Amino acid sequence: MEPTLSQYLLVSGALFAIGLLGVIVRRNLLIIYMSLELMLNAANVALVAMSRFNGNLDGQVMVFFIITVAAAEVSVGLALIVALYRKRQTADVEDLATMKL
Amino acid sequence: MEGTLFNIFAGLTLLSALMVAANPFSRNPVTSAMFLVTTMISISGLFVLLGAYFLAAVQILVYAGAVMVLFLFVIMLLDLREAARRKLNLISLTMGIIAVGALFLVYKSSLESTYGEVPQQHEVAANTAQAEVNPTKLVGSTRALGQALFSKDNGFILPFEMVSILLLVAMVGVILLSRKEPR
Repeated sequence: MEPTLSQYLLVSGALFAIGLLGVIVRRNLLIIYMSLELMLNAANVALVAMSRFNGNLDGQVMVFFIITVAAAEVSVGLALIVALYRKRQTADVEDLATMKL
Repeated sequence: MEGTLFNIFAGLTLLSALMVAANPFSRNPVTSAMFLVTTMISISGLFVLLGAYFLAAVQILVYAGAVMVLFLFVIMLLDLREAARRKLNLISLTMGIIAVGALFLVYKSSLESTYGEVPQQHEVAANTAQAEVNPTKLVGSTRALGQALFSKDNGFILPFEMVSILLLVAMVGVILLSRKEPR
């Protein structure tokens, strides 16, 4: 039996929920960042499924752009984490609660 | 056949995503990064099932290749073994699970009210728009995607150029941020 659109959207929603759970529960900056990637990919799955079942390629083009922007975002975010680690010697959000450096 | 493959890839995606976000066995960031690779590969399997062959290849190249190398490099650079031993806050864990579970249930019920009950999809699909389009027709091959991206009348040439500028800006920003002695 061929999988339906709502099955794909259900997988996408579950993936987004897992990513959000990681952002809320975890305390390590890098793992929070990985969970953000999971949420982005959940959106990608939903877009590709919608593009397939509506017969329109624009969704896949949008996913192409999202992947590019996500790669740029990861590089900038990881550089920020490294710079923060140099100043504070920690990557735990509990220790990064003040705005003062 | 396709349904079995979908079940395998979807299950693998969700299982390894859970291992990334809340691994009960290991708190090590390297383990999470490795499970993130598994998640990305199974997502690209889902893309192949959806006919998006080019995006499946790009997903593996960009995420499982470039992004994960970057993540692993930063994890090794920061040496986070000390942070791995901290315990999770039990209150925040339960509250997070409750909040996210409630959000997911709202999403699921809205999905069911839009597309009908999941098991009875075939009867409901007759009066929705998706039944009219043959889902096996659309294939996101490299040629089709390139034509959609660069076609003259309704293409995405300006966004493409803007993304290239964005990548340049990101590169300059990363070099500026990771310099040893900011002046």
